[in-house]
This record gives sequence, structure tokens and C-alpha cells, in this order.
Amino acid sequence: MSNSAAEVRSSNRGLHEHSEVARRKKEVRNNLLLCTPALIVLILAAAGPLLIVLIYTFLKAGPYGGVIWEWSWDGWFQVFLKKDIFDDTVSIADAHISIFWRSVKLSVQSTLTALILGFPTAYFIATRSPNTRNLWLFLITIPFWTNLLIRTFAIMQVIRDQGIINTLLINFGFIETPIEMLYTEFSIMLGMAYVYLPLMVLPLYASIEKLDFRLIEAAYDLYATRIFVLWRIIIPLVKPGIIAGSILVFIPSLGAYVTPRVLGGGKNLMLGNLIELQFGQGRNWPLGAALSITLLVIVMVSLLVYVQNLQRKSD
Amino acid sequence: MRNYLVKCLIAIVALMFSASLFAAGELHIYNWGDYTSPELVEKFEQEYDVKVTLTDYDSNETALAKVRPGGHGFDIVVPTSTHVPIWIEEGLLLETRPDQMENFQHVMEVSRNPDFDPGRRYTVPWLWGSTGISVNTAEYDGDINTSKILFDPPESLMGKINVVPEMGDVVHMAIFYEGGDVCTNDKEVLKRVRDLLVSAKASWKSLDYGTKEKLVSGDVAVSMNWNGYSMRARSERPEVHYGYPIEGYPLWMDNVAVLKDANNVDNAKLFQNFLMAPENAALVSNFANYANAIMGSDAYMNAELREAPEVMIPEQFQASGRFIPPCSPEVQSLYTAIWTELQK
Repeated sequence: MSNSAAEVRSSNRGLHEHSEVARRKKEVRNNLLLCTPALIVLILAAAGPLLIVLIYTFLKAGPYGGVIWEWSWDGWFQVFLKKDIFDDTVSIADAHISIFWRSVKLSVQSTLTALILGFPTAYFIATRSPNTRNLWLFLITIPFWTNLLIRTFAIMQVIRDQGIINTLLINFGFIETPIEMLYTEFSIMLGMAYVYLPLMVLPLYASIEKLDFRLIEAAYDLYATRIFVLWRIIIPLVKPGIIAGSILVFIPSLGAYVTPRVLGGGKNLMLGNLIELQFGQGRNWPLGAALSITLLVIVMVSLLVYVQNLQRKSD
Repeated sequence: MRNYLVKCLIAIVALMFSASLFAAGELHIYNWGDYTSPELVEKFEQEYDVKVTLTDYDSNETALAKVRPGGHGFDIVVPTSTHVPIWIEEGLLLETRPDQMENFQHVMEVSRNPDFDPGRRYTVPWLWGSTGISVNTAEYDGDINTSKILFDPPESLMGKINVVPEMGDVVHMAIFYEGGDVCTNDKEVLKRVRDLLVSAKASWKSLDYGTKEKLVSGDVAVSMNWNGYSMRARSERPEVHYGYPIEGYPLWMDNVAVLKDANNVDNAKLFQNFLMAPENAALVSNFANYANAIMGSDAYMNAELREAPEVMIPEQFQASGRFIPPCSPEVQSLYTAIWTELQK
């Protein structure tokens, strides 16, 4: 009797455990089901197209654009090396490398410019009274209502030889011949800094707003100079905002297409334009795809380096 | 109230469909932007009771890339002479035999058997023109009929030159300047071409489209340009003149073709035939300011266009104009290498 009672108890416990397992299984299944929309979007919109681009890098270029489904390393070969068209010697693809270098250089410069202009702006907004802050933020977002292309053309009107700046300077007698600004690397840099400035201001504002201003008061009480307060108190505290803003400006600048096309006058290619050339007039899709992946890798590596640095510092 | 809303909704949806219900047929045209005369479209719609839908593209490559995979829904496409053989070779066009159409008799003799579509088995001429040099004669009073202005400019024009970023046109103008032939793969010539372009680039201000705006605003004094744009620039700034480089310059022709997977083949063929009638060809020209290849159309053309030096090539420069076929992939990759080198 006691035996059978024990059996019943143990089988009950088994049953209970069983239902526990089933419940957990169901939970896992539900979680998976809940994830599916996100997974589908990720697979269809991110991983899928990326995979196609990656596959294209290993194919042969079609004679008139497109690809031929045959394995080939040509795309990757041409990213870094070039066969001289005149004597068939192989050397480093200096044209591509100088375009890569220009892209990185101009992106860093425009990020710094946006930071220098954006930091005081964000600080100014964050130190207004809460009611007026919204108005200032609203003003910052206004340029976003206008198409990128139109904003770029607007900059063009400002800096061209017969543009606003040159006309004013000439009329007031400061200069005699117009300063050449349009169609230079400077104009590309300026254009990108202007276009992406709100992306710098908004994250900066978010972190400056959270700043505990009592710390600044305390620093002044302890006879810190203004510069010291800025370097040792404010900047370390708003660092996440500075980094987020810099990433948001740097990455789109690196792949910018419209701004260098319109403001660079086509004389100074950036990566985006080089890639477009391969898919368009160059009729070399595998090279274009390989260049795109290279750009992606540069962005990923710089992000990883940054994240690791951050972790090491916080440790 | 709810009933009322439903009725409204049904009415709106019905209205959306109605436009296509009124006309007996449809025609979907895929053409370059700002290029198709609205007057022409309206006339065709009324004459044949067809609803025309117009979609734009901005380059031959864009058009090819969009049509190639299928499912585009277009009936008509207008590729340039440089690209027509590609369309034919890839089997994208329907052999509609325009040469047997009623209005083919109006096509000019020179355009009846072009290299890019021998015997006109696929395409009907739309418009043609040249790629030459626009010069602001207030800033330069020398001979404008030479590509020396672009490739070896005088001191006074340094930094005042624009070149359109059309690889085929730029490279070929330089090849002609160096005495080479179309689609040449002669390494000696190409080496000189590369050196010429690289050294010339130092004196260029920009490699950009928007030639009319640049010439009119005075941003540049010289621009490699298409003749129609040069004419538009002259209408706003009379001192802009158009030069035909005596060393050689590219000619091009856009052509109307029917796509193999078109849904409205009959209407598309009607449209091809319709375009070869002189009065209709004149509408096309009047809108876009380029010459057509239809005899007798000048009678219906704007007087201004008929007499424009940009449109009617003077006798002595006619021999220098050359049509450029699509170059082979090997040659194309040589040109792309030079082009990338130029813009690095």
C-alpha cells in the first residue's frame, strides 16, 4: 500500500515535471513566434541583400553590366591591385586607395567640424529653460524637412563664385576676385558637415541635458578655471553623446554620394561615387560589389575598435 | 453615416480606376526625363484613344538595369545609339520591322541603315545631336571649333572649364584629338589620351552636368556640352556659342524601340509609326530643341530651331562628327581605368 502510494506520488511529480517542461517549451516557442516579424525583416531587408552583394563580388562581370554566374576573383583583385593597361604589370590600385583615403579624411574633417559647431549649439539649448528648449530643438530639425538634394544645392548657391559669400565680400571691398570654394574638397567637407549637423546636435543635447550642473558649480567653488571645467568635468560626462554623434555623422559621410557629386564637381570622387561608377558607366558590378563590402568592413572595424576601447576604459 | 462613408470610398476607388477605363488601350513609355513633348502625347492619345503613361530615366545604364529583370510594365524605351546594340544583343527588343511601316518613307536616307540597327528592324529615330563645346565668346575670342580649348586651353581659360562626366564622350573626344578611331584599343593612342586628360584636368573647374546653368550664371566660360543645351544657354546668354571640334566629336541618336515583354504591342507599333510622320517628329524636336531624322518635318518646326547653328551642323564640320558604337567589354575596361585614373 505504502509502496503504491509512493508510486502515485512519484508519478504525480513526474507529471508535474512533465507539464513544467511543456510550459517552458511553449514559452520558448511563443518567444520565437514573437520574434519572427523582426527576424523576417532582418533576413529579408538586411542579411539577404547583403548576401547577394557578397555573392556578386565573386562572379564575373557581364559584358554590358550585370554578372555572369561564373566564379572569379577579379572583383576583389581589382579593389586592391590594378593591372597596368599599358604594360600589364600588376601594382597597387593607387586610384582606389587615394579615393578611400579622401573619403576617410573628408569624413573625419566633417565630423570634427560638426562637433565644433554642434557642441556649443547643444550646450546652449540644454541650458535654456525647459519650455524654450523645445522650440530650439524644433528649429534644429527644420532642415530635415527639406530634401537632401535641395539643401546641397542651397549650399552651392552660398559658396559659388557668384554666390552670396563672394558677392558680399566683393561688394564690401574685402577681396577683388572671388575665393574659389565650390568644386573643391573643402566644399564637400562643408556640405557634409552642414547636412549631418542635426545628427550631431541631437545626441549631444540628450547627454548634456542629463548633465548634473551642480558638479560644475562645485568645480567653480573649488577654483577650477573655465577650460578645466570643460575638459575635466563636462566633456568626460557627455562623452557618450559626443561619440554617438560622431558615429552618426562619420558613417553617412563615408558613404556620401549626393554631396560630393554636387559640391565636388565630379573632380574628386568619394567612395559612394566610385561604387556608382562601377555599377553604371564602368559596367563592372563585381568590382562595385567588392568596393561596397570593403566600405562596410571599414565601418565595422572602426566601430569594433571604438567599442573595445570603450569597454577597456570602463573596466 | 457609415453608409455614406462607404459610398464615398467606393466612389473614390472607382475614380482611381476610371482614368484607364475611359481609354480603349494603354501605352507605357519609358523615356529620358524632360524629353517627351506633352503635346505629342496628347495628340497620340486622342488619335488612337490610348491612355499614355510616361516614366523617366536618367541614364542608359539605369534603363537597362531596370528593364533587364522583367516585370517593369513598359512598352516603349528610347535607348541611345551607343546602347541600341546592347539592347538588341540581350534580346530585350521586339523586332517590329519599322522599315516596313507606312511612315518609314519619311525617314531621311542617312538614318535608314545605321550601324547600331542595320536596316532599322527594331528602332525608329527619335532625336539626334552632337557633343561639342559651348564657349562664352565674351571671355574667349579665339577659334571655338577645336577640342584644344578643353585639352590644351589658353592661360585665360584656366579654371573656367567644365566637362560633362560622360565617360564615352570625354574619352572619345580625347581619342579623336590624338588621332585615334572610335573604340580604339591602340595602347599608344590610349597612353597619350590618358596623359592628355590627366594634364588637362588641372585646368578644369569641374566634371559635372548642369552645363546650361553653369554657362548662364558665368561659373564657367567653356563647357563640353550637348547641342540642345547649348542652344538653351544661348537663349539666356547670347554670347554662348557652340563649337564643333574639327578633330572629331561624338554624334548620338536616341531611338524608339518596343520591348519584347511589352503588354501593348499594337499600340507601341502605332506609336513607332506615328513618330515617323513629319508633323509629329516636329513636335518632338520643338519640345526638346534637337533635330530629328524625318524629312519634311522642318516645315512644322519652330523657325528658331530650324536656323539654329547648334542644330544644323555647318557643312565644313559635318565630316568630323562620328557615331560611337558600344565598345567591347575589353575596350570598355581600358576606358574605365583611364576614367578612374582621371578622377582619383
